[in-house]
Amino acid sequence: MTDVVVSLFLLIGAGFMFVAALGLLRMPDLPMRLHATTKAGALGGGLMVIAVGLEFFGDVAVAARAAAIIIFIVLTAPIAAHLIGRAGYFVGLPMWSKTLKDELKDRYDPQNQVLLSPGEVSSEDKPDRDKAE
Amino acid sequence: MLEVSIFVSYVILSIALGLTFVRLVIGPSLPDRVVALEMIATLTVGFIAVYTLSSGVTAFLDVAMVLALTAFLAAVGFARLITKGGGVHHD
Repeated sequence: MTDVVVSLFLLIGAGFMFVAALGLLRMPDLPMRLHATTKAGALGGGLMVIAVGLEFFGDVAVAARAAAIIIFIVLTAPIAAHLIGRAGYFVGLPMWSKTLKDELKDRYDPQNQVLLSPGEVSSEDKPDRDKAE
Repeated sequence: MLEVSIFVSYVILSIALGLTFVRLVIGPSLPDRVVALEMIATLTVGFIAVYTLSSGVTAFLDVAMVLALTAFLAAVGFARLITKGGGVHHD
């Protein structure tokens, strides 16, 4: 019984990892590649570590390690993806040719890389941003 | 039952690692390669999980934990490098 559940978690996790790698290879631009790897990769890794925790069921040390790995993956994957995507956007990587909308266009202050509010206009005529608030 | 699924998982993860390596080689820009590196780290965590199952040595889970932590730090460092203007050549 345990073998069936462990095998199920293992194979589903490996399948999600495969989908993540396939998306990384096939997607056309950086945000879509991040979209593929971050979510599917984190889910696949978490499922495989859950399989390990179920195989050694009752061992508190293994369960604690498995929980720590899962929490760490789920906690850090979105932060890393956000940082890399932000860096790629600042560098000015080209988007996919069929991208419909870029809502961040002209919203970033190019000097100090601060995101402007929707009401704020440009950045040149307002050098002192703290006083405007 | 479990041996077969462990073997199948090894095969699937190896194919995924190959696909990720292709993206790492052909990736048109540095951020794409950083994404591929992070994916390789996640895949290695999966490999370690499968190997923990097949060998029965639970001490490998510590390695997986440290690897996940190090991969996150590497991604943060690379993102900082890209944001500060390194690694990209402006003509």
